Amino acid sequence: MLDIECAGAEVEETIKRIQSQKGVQGIIIVNAEGIPIKSTLDNSSTVQYAGNVHQLLMKARGMVRDIDPQNDLTFLRVRSKKNEIMIAPDKDYFLIVIQNPTE
Amino acid sequence: MEIVYVYTKKRSEFGRQCNFSDRPAELHVDILPDISLAANFTVRDPCNVTVQCAEEMSEHEVNTERFESESRGINHVEGGWPKDLNPEDMEVTIRYRKKVEKDEHYQNTIMQIAGLMEHCCKQNNATDIYQEFFEEEDDEVVEESEEQPSAKTINVFRDPNEVKRTATSLCWHPDGNHKLAVAYSSLEFQRAPNDMSFDSYIWDIENPNKPEMTLKPVSPLVCLEYNPKDSHILVGGSYNGQIAYWDTRKGSQPAEMSTIEHSHRDPVYKVIWLQSKTGTDIFSASTDGQVLWWDIRKMSEPFERLVLDPSKKGNLDNALGAVSLEFETTMPTKFMVGTEQGLVVSCNRKAKTPAEKIVCTYSGHHGPIYALQRNPFFPKNFLTVADWTARIWSEDIKESSIMWTKYHMAHLLDGCWSPVRPSVFFTVKMDGTLDVWDILFKQNDPTLSLKVCDEALCSIRVQDNGRFLGCGSQLGTTTLLEVSAGLCTLQKNEKAMVSEMFERETKREKILEARHREMRLKERSRSEQSREDEGKEADGEESTEELVARAEREFFDIMEAEKKKEWNEERQREKVKDEKGVCEEKDFQEEHETNGIANAELVSYSDHVRNPFYFHNLMYF
Repeated sequence: MLDIECAGAEVEETIKRIQSQKGVQGIIIVNAEGIPIKSTLDNSSTVQYAGNVHQLLMKARGMVRDIDPQNDLTFLRVRSKKNEIMIAPDKDYFLIVIQNPTE
Repeated sequence: MEIVYVYTKKRSEFGRQCNFSDRPAELHVDILPDISLAANFTVRDPCNVTVQCAEEMSEHEVNTERFESESRGINHVEGGWPKDLNPEDMEVTIRYRKKVEKDEHYQNTIMQIAGLMEHCCKQNNATDIYQEFFEEEDDEVVEESEEQPSAKTINVFRDPNEVKRTATSLCWHPDGNHKLAVAYSSLEFQRAPNDMSFDSYIWDIENPNKPEMTLKPVSPLVCLEYNPKDSHILVGGSYNGQIAYWDTRKGSQPAEMSTIEHSHRDPVYKVIWLQSKTGTDIFSASTDGQVLWWDIRKMSEPFERLVLDPSKKGNLDNALGAVSLEFETTMPTKFMVGTEQGLVVSCNRKAKTPAEKIVCTYSGHHGPIYALQRNPFFPKNFLTVADWTARIWSEDIKESSIMWTKYHMAHLLDGCWSPVRPSVFFTVKMDGTLDVWDILFKQNDPTLSLKVCDEALCSIRVQDNGRFLGCGSQLGTTTLLEVSAGLCTLQKNEKAMVSEMFERETKREKILEARHREMRLKERSRSEQSREDEGKEADGEESTEELVARAEREFFDIMEAEKKKEWNEERQREKVKDEKGVCEEKDFQEEHETNGIANAELVSYSDHVRNPFYFHNLMYF
């Protein structure tokens, strides 16, 4: 029981650490069904990110595996004028971090 | 040869059902070969025949019917939640989330990917891998590369009605510029067909298929303006002289219309919003010679009116018809009116008496002034577009414009300055071309001349960013064009150079004006001297009536002199005949008497008559 609780606390700690990095604007954890599990942004933005990112991930993963079936997607960075959206995918969950790298 | 088969049917049998029957074949025509024709042909030997081993295919064009599509929005709801869960319910969702968080698999996964993520975040912070290294140099390079000025059509909005009307006026939406309001009407006198629709439209520039909103006035709108302070309010001047205003939130019908008795008597050609505390004041101009001021909250009558009488007496019969108006918010007390007669009248709003309202007039154009606008950077100079030229004026010089374009082959129907570059202005012509003028680059010809459509272009309006412009044509087609970056970015020193140019031209005109004045003075003094010598007191500026009277007097004098001469001659002849015979005297006497009477009458008439009616009678003597 203690282990699980510690693990839960560790997750919290890790997220907090990422949040405290310079320029990070928001973190979202989404599950495979598109349900945002955890988010530091407001609900409407969260839902928007969750929905759009999922589609993008599918496309990107499909593309990588199409070119080389042995390959797989490990990380996706989308750089835009205002910020950078980083997506770390996994089988069941994915983590989205929006960072504004200091210019 | 013609093969004709005559088919007859009795009148009484019309409409009867056809009874078909079989019959054997009939030979109608048998054309036998004519061997003599063979003499026109020779046998070709050898023949070249191309052969290809390929599938024979034929080309066939197919075009589907026009499909009208409409954009609509769909409201998404959060998905993915299990069926038994209501996503709106906060408690349940929180509980679900907490459950997931406790899941071990979740925690492991997150630890893994969070580690990866942290690494990338740190990377970002360590170095900016997308840093622009040669930013400053890039800017300079961009400036030097001079691209050809160009403009391209982005979208074309056609009048959806069957009967096409002219797009007489356009107005961009004040915030965001995503909408364009276009007023449609037929300006040809009494040529509007009966089934012509009166509607005007507001288009969303992204969607040329269907207007975003329809405005339904009582009479077609000639001009349309958005309220710069409140983008939901539009005011329109209509063909029958009424003014109406719309609130786009309330629908297509006008929110209020002015009463017919107090409106204009001719189409309202221009309506402009004024600077006021309430933001509800407008003023309108029409060819009936009046400029009326209205408050849109009370449209029953205008709160001020001005009659454009150049003799300053407020006489409506003498008034000049107004075709365009100009008002600059930085100079709220002054405004200018462009008239049908080719005069620009500058007026002062704050004058106490109507006579003082009209300050001065600028003449020089030969036809109605379709466009009048001050340069947004140099308000002392304004542009007028009329007849076959466009002219730039300075407020101080009233006799002529300081700069003008050459006379074109087609009438210029509208024009405007670019809001971002002081040296650029646009004009549209009756042959459907759009001209972009850059007076710093070329003064004799337009910098860019583009044929937009085959029919006349009647109106043009530039968006506030100077990049997009809309022009409306005679068949109701509004074209949205984008100009190249060079024509809508301010060049360095541009303001200074344009200001110098205007000053230089103004000075030239001033000198010319002074010289003309001197010459006229000299002429006048010379002619006055010569007239004094002759003893007459003719004033250089006689009124037309005096001139007419003088002409009559001179004519009668001449007539008198002629008659006297004849009379003298007759008397001479009589004297000669007297010596010849007495019996003829009586006849002559009678004649003499009648002549004398006639002459006496003539003399009396010429002495007292000033009425041209008598002049007619004289001719019958």
